[in-house]
Amino acid sequence: MQSNELLYVQLAILLPATAALVLPLFKRRPNIRETVTLLASASLFLICISIYSTIDFSHQQSIVWLTILPQLTISFSVEPLGLLFALMSSLLWFITSIYSIGYMRYHHEKNQTRFYQFFALTMTTVIGIAFAANLFTLYVFYELLTLSTYPLVTHARNQKAKLGGRTYIAILLLTSFLFFLPAMVGTWLVSGQVAFESGGLLSAYTSELKVIAILLPLFLLGIGKAALMPFHRWLPAAMVAPTPVSALLHAVAVVKGGVFAVLKVCVFIFGENLIAMLPTTQLLLYLAGLTVLIASLIALRQDSLKKRLAYSTVSQLSYITLGALLANKTGIIGSAMHMVIHGFSKITLFFCAGAIIIVTGKTKISELAGLGQQMPITMSAFFIASLSIIGLPPLAGAWSKWWLLLATAEAKQWLLLGILALSSLMNIFYLLAIPLKAFFTVPTQQISVKSDIEAPMPMLIAIITCTCLCFIFFIFPEPLYELASSITHSTSGQ
Amino acid sequence: MMSNQLAILQVVIPLIAAPLCLLVRHAKLTWLFALTISALCSVIALLLLQQVTTHGPVVYALGDWQAPIGIEYRIDVLGAYLLTIVTSISTIILLASSSINKSELSKQKQPLFYVAYLLCLTGMLGIIVTGDVFNLFIFIEISALASYTLIAMGKDRRALTAAFSYLLVGTLGATFILIGIGLMYMLTGTLNMHDLSVRLVELSQSRTLFTAFSFFIVGVCLKLALFPLHWWLPNAYTYSPSVASAFLAATATKVAIYILLRFIFGVFGQEFSFSALPLQNILMTLGIVGILVASTMAIYQKNAKQILAYSSIAQIAYMILTLGFNSHNGLLATLIHIFNHALMKGALFLALAAVMYRIGSMEIKQFAGLGKQMPWTFAAIVIGGLSLVGIPLTVGFISKWYMIVASLENGWWPVALVIVFGSLLAAVYVWRIFETAYLQTAHEPNKQIKEAPLRLLIPVWLLTLANIYFGIDVRFTQNIAELATQSILGSAM
Repeated sequence: MQSNELLYVQLAILLPATAALVLPLFKRRPNIRETVTLLASASLFLICISIYSTIDFSHQQSIVWLTILPQLTISFSVEPLGLLFALMSSLLWFITSIYSIGYMRYHHEKNQTRFYQFFALTMTTVIGIAFAANLFTLYVFYELLTLSTYPLVTHARNQKAKLGGRTYIAILLLTSFLFFLPAMVGTWLVSGQVAFESGGLLSAYTSELKVIAILLPLFLLGIGKAALMPFHRWLPAAMVAPTPVSALLHAVAVVKGGVFAVLKVCVFIFGENLIAMLPTTQLLLYLAGLTVLIASLIALRQDSLKKRLAYSTVSQLSYITLGALLANKTGIIGSAMHMVIHGFSKITLFFCAGAIIIVTGKTKISELAGLGQQMPITMSAFFIASLSIIGLPPLAGAWSKWWLLLATAEAKQWLLLGILALSSLMNIFYLLAIPLKAFFTVPTQQISVKSDIEAPMPMLIAIITCTCLCFIFFIFPEPLYELASSITHSTSGQ
Repeated sequence: MMSNQLAILQVVIPLIAAPLCLLVRHAKLTWLFALTISALCSVIALLLLQQVTTHGPVVYALGDWQAPIGIEYRIDVLGAYLLTIVTSISTIILLASSSINKSELSKQKQPLFYVAYLLCLTGMLGIIVTGDVFNLFIFIEISALASYTLIAMGKDRRALTAAFSYLLVGTLGATFILIGIGLMYMLTGTLNMHDLSVRLVELSQSRTLFTAFSFFIVGVCLKLALFPLHWWLPNAYTYSPSVASAFLAATATKVAIYILLRFIFGVFGQEFSFSALPLQNILMTLGIVGILVASTMAIYQKNAKQILAYSSIAQIAYMILTLGFNSHNGLLATLIHIFNHALMKGALFLALAAVMYRIGSMEIKQFAGLGKQMPWTFAAIVIGGLSLVGIPLTVGFISKWYMIVASLENGWWPVALVIVFGSLLAAVYVWRIFETAYLQTAHEPNKQIKEAPLRLLIPVWLLTLANIYFGIDVRFTQNIAELATQSILGSAM
């Protein structure tokens, strides 16, 4: 049974990479090419599901692919948090693939084969991050993720794409080189290894508390994909990418890869007891809180729809970082759930933004007046997903917000509790304002209907599926909660 | 027995082969001949490496005159390691050289090129194997004179001035080295390195020895283009024929670092070297400044070869920095980076040679849109560039890892930051090439530029894949470098 699960893990990593190799063969036959993408993404999700259904977390095993240096191996294992991340990413890859078929074709994008190819390659690195058994493997795939998404971000190949790509790659490499890598070497020098261990690898080395106290901020700033301020600028810069890329990569894969890494480091390298002891934790908590607030403020002022969504993501990511730093089980459950639920809600919003671009060519919020009549389905989906992000029932966002608020109360961080509440209020302003404007404002000039009334079918399917999932996770949060809480179970198992 | 003669054969074969090229006088045939000789040399180097790792150092007395009277060749793990690097890189580069040379050199010049090339190789191999300081000087001069010739053969007329300024600096360096050697001879009456290292211990208070040491070190630093003695290098690499720049960039400075290692740790002894002068501070300071300044200058270059040339100066500074740590791990990092850097620069310069072959220019501006037209060549440049930056799963990462470990274990956080900051600067200058090649549209979109021919792509990709292979399977590099480090530090004790 156990070897079975590891076999699936390797399959999950290799499958998208294989797809990326096969895709160029069908360069001139877009239908086959898209079928391959759909098949690959669907089977990836099925593989993840079968890992989920057979897994037994009580005795973990890992498989070593390569031993690069002593104690530095590329190896994989399955644990609840990683499985959660893999399940979410693979399901959303499938949905995004459906969506991108509509988007790329109707938008007449160039070099579509290259687009699908790098998309598949990116998924390999995402799955690699999800199942990484140690910090080194995580780091390797983290860097590869940065590189494999760069061609997607600069897909348009114009001056704007070039500049956006520069900011993107510069900040991500800067943080990972300057902070993440030294932090990893530091961990290695303190403990002699880099393995993820339940209860925290470093928790046995409390004599080195001073060094460890420096390592924590190095990790949190070094994992630039978690977009903690002041290293958040790459995320809005990456919005030059085609919308499906923004949707999957910058609402799910890349940013969630970042916060996933933060969670992994906090839970399995430091451990909650150690985090509670470190003098730097409180500072980082405030930094996260500050990021939540400032990013929301900036989002309020953005007129570009995608940029506003990007800043909203920056702010939501810091919720997760905050939850990871609270050093209690509730916080970790909340963070893990928020990672997934925010993923589903935010991707819906991006999908809608893409649909608006396709149908009307509009990218600015101020131009959206009256769009509710023209695109009722899209705008309703936008409305529902916004509610989910704000955290109102009956939508899934309510659960993760609830756990996060509970966690701040449990940790007696009243100021942070206030910040979270305030930020929810700001969510209402900067997100709900958009569908409200679309539905209840009369357009100043007649809308020039470009082609269809609503978005193309594949895109609508994707939008509706994701919106439904936001409902479903409210009614059946059980599987999510179980996985999220077993992260901490294995923590307390020690 | 044959295996006893390997040490001398390593030098004599290319030395004899060089003038024989003149007899052949046919471009294609001389190339084939030089390639065979170089391949033979690398086989010998591998045999030596195997022999040294299993049976310990190889000692060979020239003409059976025992040292200290006669000249002695002595090859330990470090020597065999460098022999392997130099000969195998040389062979792979020669593999590609036929068609590149055809496009860059006139028909009459091509045989001469191989003469100079083989002489240069002889010089480098001689430097590595010899155990005699005067003999060392002679080999330094052989390789230097040959490389002036190689550089001067460049198509661009600026190659002549580049070669001339290299000649000036090289001669200056060689003179300094000779003064150092002379003073040492005056003090001890011996030229044998092993003998010197024994006798110099008693003289550690002597002011003459101090002078000899200073002259020698400065001379070698001129040769290895240690910042701020680097100014001859960029032009020399930029305007020389592509094959010569690939060969020199990948090997020449490594050999100079080898001399430095030999003398600091072997002949003068670790204790003397690091106490006579504040050598640690000097090397570390120069290393840090070198990394930052040279990498920054690389960013502002307009010529791709010039970018790589400045990058080489920065990479040398890395090696000197970790050498200056004077610790086991620091030395290990230097040795590993010697090998890894040879792979990176070999791959990059060779790939650029392929670009040169097609477009006849090294200006970055001219690279616009080439990513699509020469996909394989530019894929190799991307991998080589990422390796230079130090992305995981490439050799560059391994080097970086060892350097950071070596500095953090001493608690030198700022030094570690300089190391990673340097690789960020590297990211900036390689990204300039990537952006132009992939994100800009060609100036003349209708002009068809074909992918480089297969006979160029194969050697390019051999080196590129080596960048990945040795970035994943580190056993070879690590074992040999570890043994070499032990032998260096062992001989110092």
